[in-house]
Amino acid sequence: MTVILGQMFTGISIGAVLLLIALGLSLTFGQMNVINMAHGEFIMAGAYTTYVLQKSISSAGISLLVALPVAFLVSGALGALLEWLLIRRLYLRPLDTLLVTWGVSLMLQQLARDIFGAPNVQTRAPDVLTGNITVIGGDDPLTFANSRLFILGLALAAVVALALTLRLTPLGRRIRAVVQNRDLAEVSGISTGRVDRTAFFIGSGLAGVAGVALTLVGPIGPTMGTNVIIDAFLVIVVGGIGQLKGTVIVAFVLGVLQSVLEYSTTVSVAKVLVLVAIVAFLQWRPQGLYTLRTRSLV
Amino acid sequence: MVAGAAALAAVVALSACGAKTDAGGTSDKAAQADVSGDTVKVGLLNSLSGTMAISEVTVRDSLKLAIDEINASGGVLGKQIKPISEDGASDWPTFAEKAQKLISEDRVAATFGCWTSASRKAVKPVFEKNKSLLFYPVQYEGLEESPYIFYTGATTNQQIIPALDYLKSQGKKKIYLVGSDYVFPRTANKEIKAYAKANGMTVLGEDYAPLGSTEFSTIANKVKASKADAVFNTLNGDSNVAFFKEYKSAGLTAKGMPVVSVSIAEEEVKSIGAQYLAGQLTAWNYYQTTPGAANTKFVKAYKDKYGQDKPTSDPMEAAYTSVYLWKAMVEKAKSFDPEKVKAASDGITFDAPEGKVTVDGASQHIYKTARIGKIGDDGLIEQVWDSGKPIKPDPYLKGYDWAAGLS
Repeated sequence: MTVILGQMFTGISIGAVLLLIALGLSLTFGQMNVINMAHGEFIMAGAYTTYVLQKSISSAGISLLVALPVAFLVSGALGALLEWLLIRRLYLRPLDTLLVTWGVSLMLQQLARDIFGAPNVQTRAPDVLTGNITVIGGDDPLTFANSRLFILGLALAAVVALALTLRLTPLGRRIRAVVQNRDLAEVSGISTGRVDRTAFFIGSGLAGVAGVALTLVGPIGPTMGTNVIIDAFLVIVVGGIGQLKGTVIVAFVLGVLQSVLEYSTTVSVAKVLVLVAIVAFLQWRPQGLYTLRTRSLV
Repeated sequence: MVAGAAALAAVVALSACGAKTDAGGTSDKAAQADVSGDTVKVGLLNSLSGTMAISEVTVRDSLKLAIDEINASGGVLGKQIKPISEDGASDWPTFAEKAQKLISEDRVAATFGCWTSASRKAVKPVFEKNKSLLFYPVQYEGLEESPYIFYTGATTNQQIIPALDYLKSQGKKKIYLVGSDYVFPRTANKEIKAYAKANGMTVLGEDYAPLGSTEFSTIANKVKASKADAVFNTLNGDSNVAFFKEYKSAGLTAKGMPVVSVSIAEEEVKSIGAQYLAGQLTAWNYYQTTPGAANTKFVKAYKDKYGQDKPTSDPMEAAYTSVYLWKAMVEKAKSFDPEKVKAASDGITFDAPEGKVTVDGASQHIYKTARIGKIGDDGLIEQVWDSGKPIKPDPYLKGYDWAAGLS
């Protein structure tokens, strides 16, 4: 029994990691229709930010807390810069954004290799996050890893913050207006260029936050972004492009599915089965779990 | 600014194309090393980037140390050694490509390197086809011999079997196998299962993660639920970071369920973090703490060259030793010709940091002492057991009845 509960928790925690890495992408790919292949490298930037901060701040706990907003700003700034330099010229050519951002991702990886060296690096997790809490004691204890609980909390906080921003703030209303009908938004006096850049800043910043979280799970390296970017795209596409609700549900469903299959088969087989399940689902519902209703003509 | 970025993109694209064209050169002729002039070139083939770089960069550094020392003391046959370093990038086809480049373009006299068995299997036909020598410095799963490879790391009966013997002597009967999903762990685990069957041990489970994988929560859960006595870990590269973080998070400890690792040494311990590893076991032939004058000299020379905080490890020691063994073979053969070097190899000895090693000319492996170590809080490994004397290499496990069906 505790095995099943433990495995459920593992699934939810894998889902939380998926959610964090896909969240920013759901804004830039989903809402703005930009296929940003460099999103993974913004995650990497967040992870390296954590690494750099830990070199100058001796307490691992404080450096982690400082890293969260700093990584958001660093990756967000990188994203805004990318948007301003390249992507804003390509909004009507989504396939070109794929190529351009892929090129940028290769450059960023090489840049990281030049700055931090090719071998991967690690950060120290604060002591409180290396332990676990016992949920059910006894001979067959059920324990939850503190680092996983932290990531789960972080993912949920990020979702709530993003949802509230989109729902309640003037900026959020402008973003939604631009997404639903760019031309109408423009003639209504919304500076769509500025809205685009801000949305890109937020989406990329969330990638930085995901990077901070990933330092608690594994190593930090120049190619860590490419390892997660496919999973992030899968979550978005299956969830329904531009749908926060779909992203959240699908991240957790895929996490649990992955962990259940891993437990009953092997890691590699589980990955294949998850992909097969996704392909089958998209045959049945090509638009994903949720779709955006819009009055836009294009 | 945009023009600058575009130009940069063009440069990146061009240099990528340049790297690809090295692949050519498929002559069937024996490779002719370039030994005109007063230098002899050797190839260093290691992953300087990617998931294996954490381990392989240290091997490259150690090879360079041996080459510098030999050059300072007059070189080999009066020639200075000139190392040509190539990056295998943790990618097996790249290893084969670079091996071909070293042999046919740089015309090296011998090549040192490779770490994963997958990379060795990828370059093996290249060295055999070109009749050029590779010195391979890492422990591996055995069941292999090549006329053009010298194996200076441990084979199975010099590492994995002593580790299993040690677990058995400690009363650890139920074991769980965790490994990366490629040649070495799968073959090693086949051998471990055959050993277990013949020695009254039970293998409770066997799990593989893709090389480079960093998601280990399910595997940690499975290991925990299995209630094994010990875990035999054949994970490679930085997957170990994620695995040991998860192991600790799951509340598993070295005391309750020790992990024996055969592919993490001092350098990896340092970067994974000793706090995740203290008390866990390793099986190797050398530790930085191994006593002896040759080791004291090696450790000091390495730290003086690369920094006082840099530890030395088994594969680094085997790599360092391999350059000296090659030198001794060349001097005995009085030639750089691979065939003559091979013919001279049997019985060559060297006072290595791990103790005296001897080349077994028949298998082209070397006699090595097995050592089990325990990782300390300081990240160094203390020996808790050794085999007393160098063990004769037995790559095909001919000396073990239970290994009869393995191939």
